[in-house]
Amino acid sequence: MNPWPFVIAAYALTLLATAALVLLSWRSMRITEAAAEQLRK
Amino acid sequence: MHRFANPARFVKLARPATGWLLVIGLALAAAGIIGGLTLTPPDYLQGETVRILYIHVPAAWLGMAGWAGIAAASISQLVWRHPLAAVAGRATAPAGATFAALCLATGSIWGRPAWGTWWEWDGRLTSMLILLFLYLGYIALDAAERERGGEGRLAALFGLVGAINLPIIHYSVLWWRTLHQGQSITLTGSSIAPSLLWPLPLTMLGFTAVFVAVVLMRMRADLARTKLEARLRRAAAE
Repeated sequence: MNPWPFVIAAYALTLLATAALVLLSWRSMRITEAAAEQLRK
Repeated sequence: MHRFANPARFVKLARPATGWLLVIGLALAAAGIIGGLTLTPPDYLQGETVRILYIHVPAAWLGMAGWAGIAAASISQLVWRHPLAAVAGRATAPAGATFAALCLATGSIWGRPAWGTWWEWDGRLTSMLILLFLYLGYIALDAAERERGGEGRLAALFGLVGAINLPIIHYSVLWWRTLHQGQSITLTGSSIAPSLLWPLPLTMLGFTAVFVAVVLMRMRADLARTKLEARLRRAAAE
């Protein structure tokens, strides 16, 4: 059994899930902080 | 801990820390992943599939460390009523759930070529699956409690009780000798050859820094949302 498809699948899944977690958290933080700041002005 | 009880002071510290942790974490994780994929030799028994270790072990560690963080935040909320404790618990849960799910998925992908099966109802795998369900339960309970205007005390209690599962996961390979291998890394040393081991601390540190950065981002978003809602209420009243 060729092991590389398994290695690639594991890495791709980890990198995609981590990137999605970081980007969604970053986006949510930026949007809410900007909205809160805008309402203060 | 109580020095950071003031949300404004916390945000002032968290703002620069978020970016630094993210940059350092991504750099360390990338170095560990590149090293693990290209520079280490294949294992004599597992062959190339051993490379999954460099992402599976950090995912397992963060899945468990996330719940330990929730348990610590729960104690802080229930005993000292720390104003940021519920925010910290709420911010940690989605990150912890993601890494618990990644631990199960990467373990399953590794299991197919190594064990000949995607899944086995083994003590370690089952207790880790229970941890993922605990995360999902915590997220749902906290959201329901918040919707009803609660302080999140029920979710905190759930976070504390769920911590019972952590020693079960840790000792499962000693209590029930089934398919999952025993501990390869302990406080006293490692049974893994140094030529294979060196990228692991890099990915462990890297993913941990990214995890903390994500928790800080989600805490900042939660605090900003509270501030935004208060300002909207004030604007509506005027």
